[in-house]
Order: sequence, then structure tokens, then C-alpha cells
Amino acid sequence: MTATADKAAVETVTLTIDGQEVTVPKGTLIIRAAEQIGVEIPRFCDHPALKPAGACRQCLVDVASPGPDGNLRAFPKPQASCTMAVTEGMVVNTQHTSEEADRAQKGVMELLLINHPLDCPVCDKGGECPLQNQAMSHGHSETRFVDVKRIFEKPLPLSSEILLDRERCVLCQRCTRFSKEIAGDAFIDLQNRGAMQQIGTFNENVLDFDGYTPAAPAAEDESGRAFSSYYSGNTVQICPVGALTSAAYRFRSRPFDLVSSPGISEHDSSGSAIRTDHRRGKILRRLADNDPVVNEDWITDKDRFAFSWQNLSDRLERPLVRKDGELVEASWPEAIAAAAAGLKAARDGKGVGVLPGGRVTLEDAYAYGKFARVALGTNDIDHRTRLASAEEQAFLGSTVAASGLGVTFADLEKAPSVLMVGFEPEDEGGVVFLRLRKSLGKQKVFTAAPFLSRGAEKLAASLLPVAPGGEAALLDGLDGDAVEALSAEGAVIIVGERLAATPGALTAAASLATRTGARLAWIPRRAGERGAVEAGTLPGLLPGGRAATDATARAGVAEAWGVDSLPSTEGRDAAAIIAAASAGDLDALVVGGVTASDVTGLADAVANAGFVVSLEVRRSDVAEQADVVLPVAPPSEKAGTFVNWEGRLRSFATAIATDALSDYRVLDILARELGADLHAGTIAEINGELAALGAAPAPQRPAVPAAKAPKAPKKGDVVLASWHQLIDEGALQDGEPYLAGTGRATVARVSKATAKAAGFSEGAITVTGATGESISVPAVITDMVDGVVWLPTKSPGSWVAQELGVAPGTVVTVKGGA
Amino acid sequence: MSDADETWEVNRARDGKDETFESNLPKKGPLGQAFAPVAGFGITLRNFFKPTVTEQYPRVKTPPMPRYHGRHQLNRYADGLEKCIGCELCAWACPADAIYVEADSNTPDNQVSPGERYGRVYQINYLRCIFCGLCIEACPTRALTMTNEYELAGPTREGLIYEKQDLLAPLEEGMLQAPHPMVPGTTDGDYYRGDVTEVVKEQLEWVRTNRPDEPTLPENAALAAEEAR
Repeated sequence: MTATADKAAVETVTLTIDGQEVTVPKGTLIIRAAEQIGVEIPRFCDHPALKPAGACRQCLVDVASPGPDGNLRAFPKPQASCTMAVTEGMVVNTQHTSEEADRAQKGVMELLLINHPLDCPVCDKGGECPLQNQAMSHGHSETRFVDVKRIFEKPLPLSSEILLDRERCVLCQRCTRFSKEIAGDAFIDLQNRGAMQQIGTFNENVLDFDGYTPAAPAAEDESGRAFSSYYSGNTVQICPVGALTSAAYRFRSRPFDLVSSPGISEHDSSGSAIRTDHRRGKILRRLADNDPVVNEDWITDKDRFAFSWQNLSDRLERPLVRKDGELVEASWPEAIAAAAAGLKAARDGKGVGVLPGGRVTLEDAYAYGKFARVALGTNDIDHRTRLASAEEQAFLGSTVAASGLGVTFADLEKAPSVLMVGFEPEDEGGVVFLRLRKSLGKQKVFTAAPFLSRGAEKLAASLLPVAPGGEAALLDGLDGDAVEALSAEGAVIIVGERLAATPGALTAAASLATRTGARLAWIPRRAGERGAVEAGTLPGLLPGGRAATDATARAGVAEAWGVDSLPSTEGRDAAAIIAAASAGDLDALVVGGVTASDVTGLADAVANAGFVVSLEVRRSDVAEQADVVLPVAPPSEKAGTFVNWEGRLRSFATAIATDALSDYRVLDILARELGADLHAGTIAEINGELAALGAAPAPQRPAVPAAKAPKAPKKGDVVLASWHQLIDEGALQDGEPYLAGTGRATVARVSKATAKAAGFSEGAITVTGATGESISVPAVITDMVDGVVWLPTKSPGSWVAQELGVAPGTVVTVKGGA
Repeated sequence: MSDADETWEVNRARDGKDETFESNLPKKGPLGQAFAPVAGFGITLRNFFKPTVTEQYPRVKTPPMPRYHGRHQLNRYADGLEKCIGCELCAWACPADAIYVEADSNTPDNQVSPGERYGRVYQINYLRCIFCGLCIEACPTRALTMTNEYELAGPTREGLIYEKQDLLAPLEEGMLQAPHPMVPGTTDGDYYRGDVTEVVKEQLEWVRTNRPDEPTLPENAALAAEEAR
């Protein structure tokens, strides 16, 4: 259907509000129609993203509509404008024109305030409170209530982060409706009746569990409560009174103290719009900004609460240089000279490896790529400090890099069917999950995973059971329902970054997309991954998807960069750089935002490499071992662009102006000292170059990947499956204990048969890797693929990369008991 | 010729005119004109016989009027808990932006004021304060009042930013230094209405357990007085 046809198909209705005629689409609510002509009706429960509820009754207006005889007939009593749809010829009189409506609204306000404690001076919402504001604009100035108010114990902690003050609550049910409709985590609901009606946590004896029974401890959060939600912070933001507050922001500040700066979240590849509220250079809270094309009104709790990492006591403010075995503070010129001297020696020796990490902005990634190729003369650069493969690089170069806006959030929402492979919507996608859940019931969702995770379950997804390593075979052999559903127009196949671990899987996904006509979307986990692909921080990829092995592509980039030639040797990928540094085949490393505990072998590599330059925000485990540490700015203190998984450029400005330098600026200075000019001193310069380079034509791109599927594991072997839970012990969530408490409890998952074979019945389970190191955590018998054990990647007590030392997909031994 | 030169020309031409000065004051009679040179002594003589108004500050300090707007004070309840809840309404009301407040949560281990919230940081910058008293009007718990103290000068700028400990009212007889728990069974409302009139034994017990050396405990009073001497 074309856009014009769409427009013509919209039926409109004309009505009169406060004497003004307005024409709106059929089905519009009166309150929305009034907004369109600038008439504001007070409201609490009404929220444009939630279904109408009519719970607070604050929006009462006088309504009259034509009866069957065509004469205007008034409703006997004022009606709630947030639940009533407009009809042709309706006449609405709001509080501005109808004394009756005004009287009704004042009456409702008086009723709502009867039990309200009026503790505005203590309340976090004071100063930005819809109840406070509307009580001033639409309420009586004096109270007539002289009796004792209802008293509840306060606050009631719903989780370690979310606190409920029931005295302040006006029972608008925005929070419960959000939890049910949007997040699918019905962790609170209305309880009791009459004057004692209140919001409360689920009590099995009072309410039903909405089909979901907590299977302890798998469904519990760290504090032992059931129904933890990754999106609970949104309820605090939409609460129209101060009933829901967050422990992190509680009593910290007042709205008039805060300076608000718009920004983009650094936590996942969705590029959610956020608002950073800060006071005297200190971030106090972050809120969701409304961006209809990306995150709508919502963000994850990680986006909202995980910001204190950048201002912990280990924050680097001045460069550090190692002198006599100790890291000591040094001036910028001294540190830059020391770094340049070390890198120059290594460049002329065995070479330098560059690991920018997946969290930097597009501009920073571009500077890293150019720095490696122009200043260090190497292709040994890779931002993928995670499971990766050459096949993935070819896939990224051929289909993802510089492909512009591909599948979008809106496409996901409209897709008739979605297949997810190597991707957990809730844990790895954040707001992607909310978009998919918006189409619950209208969309067929398939997930290829060892078991149906809680997120997939909430999407009513059908499980295509598969052990790690079997994805390629599964996709190649896929038929029946799934293929039929994916053949529908607009279907989407989502591939996660974890799919790179299985040889042939990305090839199989691409061929399935061709076979069914479905569109392919690559959704990585970290915020900088897509931008790094665009900027070419891969050993075989130059900016714009150009293959580093292609002479024409190289010549083109060399000309644009004003250098004679670019390195033509095949570069090492991240795993090879780490191995080479450990073995002494590389003389130096330049490491960006990478945590050693996230990457197996990196700690060894950093310890063994002759010279290490670390560009870090904090004294991380890598910085601690480095020879020169150059402090860089955290996202709130710099400007830049994240490219989200859609390929959408998400630019953000500096929220808090400090003298911290962004990575690109530091690399630009360092390159000068090395005798190369990166022309990467400003964002404008970098974006100008990126735009001039543009996308590579097809012949200059890497070939479409082709890899064979691996052999199936032997019978009786147990394969490790693992992914990051959204809230875990990642470095960007440090220093936020309240958030950590809402994370899901660490459990291992095994099937009944696997548990039996391992001799496990109850309690803890021990997983041992090939290196002999092991992890013991409580285990839960799950309905899942046999021969697989699942562990969270970096949850408390389960740091797979550091403690187990093996990658997901490898064979491990499993034994019952600790 | 420039504009400036032209102006100068005009001025010189005007000054060149021989004009005599005419005063607007009433002209004195001949007697007045004769005594005019010594008229000032008359004023001096007259004041010899009037009461003196000179204040011998700083040797003699005169108390100002009872409602004089002097230095601020953060008051306490009868049991020693602070009245300030850190709501920042004073900072909001301040037209000179002289007040800075940061609040925090009261916890069972650190109950500073009744209720959930207390003022952790409280600063008044007396270089900015204009003593208008709007902060006192804004205070919802009557925590902030003004004293009659007017000696607010100092050699440093830092010294004129008064911190919470500089502003807190001294502990009166029978008060117990915060933090300590509220009187059992009371709410912040009871405190506000003045229903709490003294320290109870549960509060004394708590302080004895947690801060046995607290000088405001009755048993330590003698010791504290000696130390103060």
C-alpha cells in the first residue's frame, strides 16, 4: 500500500472542543484530540504509550453527542476523556468552558489528595510532580479533610532499586500497566479493595501468576525476589506522583538543581536516547528520552542506572608512565613521548597489535583504524574482543559495513515473523525486546537456542532447540513452519554476535535469508560494534566495507588519507593478536576499552607484551599492567556518534564539559609524535573523511563468507553455552549495588538427562574446562537440549572468560556438587 | 575637524562668556551674612547638650532588635534530632543563590532527623546572603531560623561559607547529639507537632551502645564540662 492510499484510507471525525472545531482520525481519544488544539486536560493515568485505563478520573469533561434523531444529547455526568473515543458531531466542554467539568475535576483532585501525605518537601518528585502541578492548577487551595490519613509503612522495596511509597500512590496503574503491557514482567499489581487498595508485589495467595510460576532460584533476582525486571526503572519515570522512586537517586537532588543534557546510551547497540541529569559536574540520574524511531519512551535499567562506573575512585585524571616498575603520574607531553618511543621501537621490531574494544564511538574507532594503518603500519587491529571468526569479518564486510539503514526497529515491529539465532532479545538486545513484544500475538517468533529463555518466553517464541555449534546445520536444514513463516513479506532473521563462534552459521543464515526472502539484521551487544565495522577496525576491513586485501580498495583509501600505501599483509584478528603478544611475536599492544577479565588470555598477553599503551577511563586490569596509560573521556564527557544496529547514526554532544580527551584526540596527538598526521583532531574532520570515503563498491568488498559447518560433538560430550545477562558484573555496571541487586541470580542450566549423566540432583554443579579450571554455581534443571550446560558469562560467581578460561561452544565436564 | 574638536570649540565659546553664578538658595539677611563663617559652630554647641548616640562597638556590643536578620541557625527537636530534612526549599527560595544543600536517606544506623530524609550537606555562603529571610519563610519544618548574630566578617572567602556544623543550634540541656533513633512509636509528624518533648531511655541506650564516649550522654556530662574548660 502506498503512502497516499494510506492517507486516503484514514477515516476522520469532526467534533467541537471548547467551541473549536477539530478533525481527527476515527478512534482518537478525546484527550488526544484536545491536545491537538492546545487544550490541556489534567490527567494521571493516561500515557500515550499505554492502553487507556480510566483509573484516576482526573480528566473528566462534559460530553454531548448526537443521538439517533440527530439532536445533541449530553451525557448525564462528566466522562473520562482518556477512555472515550471521539464521534462525529460530538461536543466536548473541558474545565475551561464547563463549570460542571471544572467542579468534577476539583472534586476528583480533592479525593486523590485525601490520603496523599503531602510530604512534597521530602519527596523525590517534588518540583517535577504532575500531582503537585495539577493540584496547583486544578485543585482547591484549601483542604476540607480533617481526619487521620491512611498510613502505610514506607518505603516498600519492590527490588533493591525500586522503592514504593504507597501513601503517595494515586492508583493510576501506570506502573502495573507498563509492567504487563510493555515489559511483560508483571511483578506488581493492584491488591485489596476500597480505601486499602494498594500496589504490591506479587503474593501467590492473593493473585495469580499470569501463567508464570517462579522456578526458584532461576527466576529470582540477586536479592532473592521473584519477578525481577530489566525495565523496572521506566515505572519510576512514568509514575505521576512520587510513589515509585529509585534507591540510586533517592533524596540526591531536586529538579531545579539539575542540568539536563540529551545523550545516547553507551550500554547496548540499540543507541537508546537518554537524558543525563547532572549537578555540579556529577551525574545524578539518567532518564529515557522519547525517540519514536528507536527506543520510544523506554530504556533498560542498565541504560538508566549504570553510570557511576565513570566516576569511581579509580578514574584516571592524568597520564601514567611506568618508571622503575611503578606507574606514576606524568604530564601529557611526557606520557605521549614515552608512548611514542615505545611504539616506534615496536613498530620497527616485531610490530604492534591494536585492540580498540567494542565500546568506542564511530569517530574513535576510525582514529584507531587509521592510527594502526598509518602510524603503526599494521593491519593487526580488531575491536572484536569476543568470539569472532574470519567468516564473520567477511560477513560484516560484505553485508553489514556501510550498508546504511537496514532493518529498523519499525521493521521489527511490523515483521510477520522473526527468527533469532545466537541472540537473546532481553539479555543482549535491551529495547529490541520491547519492540518485539509490542507485536506479541501478531508476530511469529522463532529462537534458535539451547533453551527457551525468559525473554524468548515472554515473546511467545517457538524454540528451535540447538546446542552451540549446531546452528549452521539447523539453519541449513530448516523447513516446515519456520521457513513458511519466514517466507512472508517483511520477515526478519536476527543474527547475534555469538553466531560468529559457529563456523558456517553466518553463511547458513545468509543463505536462509536468500532462500526465504527474509531480511537479515546483525545485532551485536556492545554500543560501538557497528560503528567499528563502519570505521574498519578489523584486520581485513578498511572504512566503508573495503577489503584490506583488495589493492584497488587500499589504493583508494591511501589516496584519501594522503599516504603512499597501506599495509597489505593480512592482519591478525583479536584472538591471534592476543596469542602473538603472549608468545612474544608482537612487541607492543595498544589497548582501548577492553577489560582483561572479559577476554581469555588478554591478561597474559598484556603481561608478556614488551610494551603496552592503554587508553582508559579507569585504572582497569589492563591499565594496571600497561607501560603508558593515557586517560580518555567517558561517554558523558565527550561528543561522538554511536552507530546502532540498524545502521542509524546516533550522535551525541558532550553532557559534562571537562578537560578529558576523547580517544580520537589522544590518538591524533600520539600519531604526530610518531611522525604521522591522522587529520583526526576534531569530529568534523573525521566525519568529513568518512563521508568522503563513502561505501565501497561491491568488487572492493570481501567475498561473501563460505565456511563449512563443524562436526557435531561426540555423544556424551557436554558443550558449554553462555551469554551475558543484561545485568551482570560488566565493567560498565561497577559501583551500582542497587542495580546489581536486580540482576537475575546466577544459575547453571542443564537438562534432566545431562544432570543425570553428571550425577546432579540438587544444589550446586561444577563445570570444568579443558584447562582444568572450574566454576561451581547452583544449578537448575531446565527443559533444554541434552549435552549442553549453560552458564551466564559474567554474573556473580560465574566469570566464564576468566575463571573457566574456555570459550562457549567448547566441550566441558560437568559434575554434581560444588 | 573631528566631532571632538567641534565639541571643544563650542565649550570654549560658552566658557568665554562672562556669566555670573546665581544661587537658587534663599538669600540671607545682613546679620545672617555676617555670622555665616561661624554658623557651623552653632551646630556643634547645640549637640554638646544632647544625649550621645555613639556606640562603643566592639568594646560594648549592643543587642539588636529581637527580629533582626542575623546569622542563620539550624534548629533541633527536644531530643536532639535535627529539624532539617534537606528538602532544599530554602535554596529554592534564595534570591542570591547563597544556600547549597545535599540530602540523603536516614538509615537505622544513622538517623539524623525524624523521617526518611536529612540534610547531609548544608552550606550558606555569607558573601552572597542578603539576609532577606525568604529561606526562613520557605522552611517547612522550621529548621532554619535567624539569630541576632551580626558579626559576619572574616579574613577569607572560604571561612564565610558556613557549613552545617557552623549553623547547627547548640545542644541544650537534656538534648542528645544526633544521630540516634527516633522516640519509639512516633512519626515525623509527632515531632513536627511538638509531641516529642524529651530524650527517652531507648535513645540513651542506643547511644550508649553505639557511641559510649558521646559527651552529651548524662554520665559523660561532667567529663565533657571539664574538657571544655
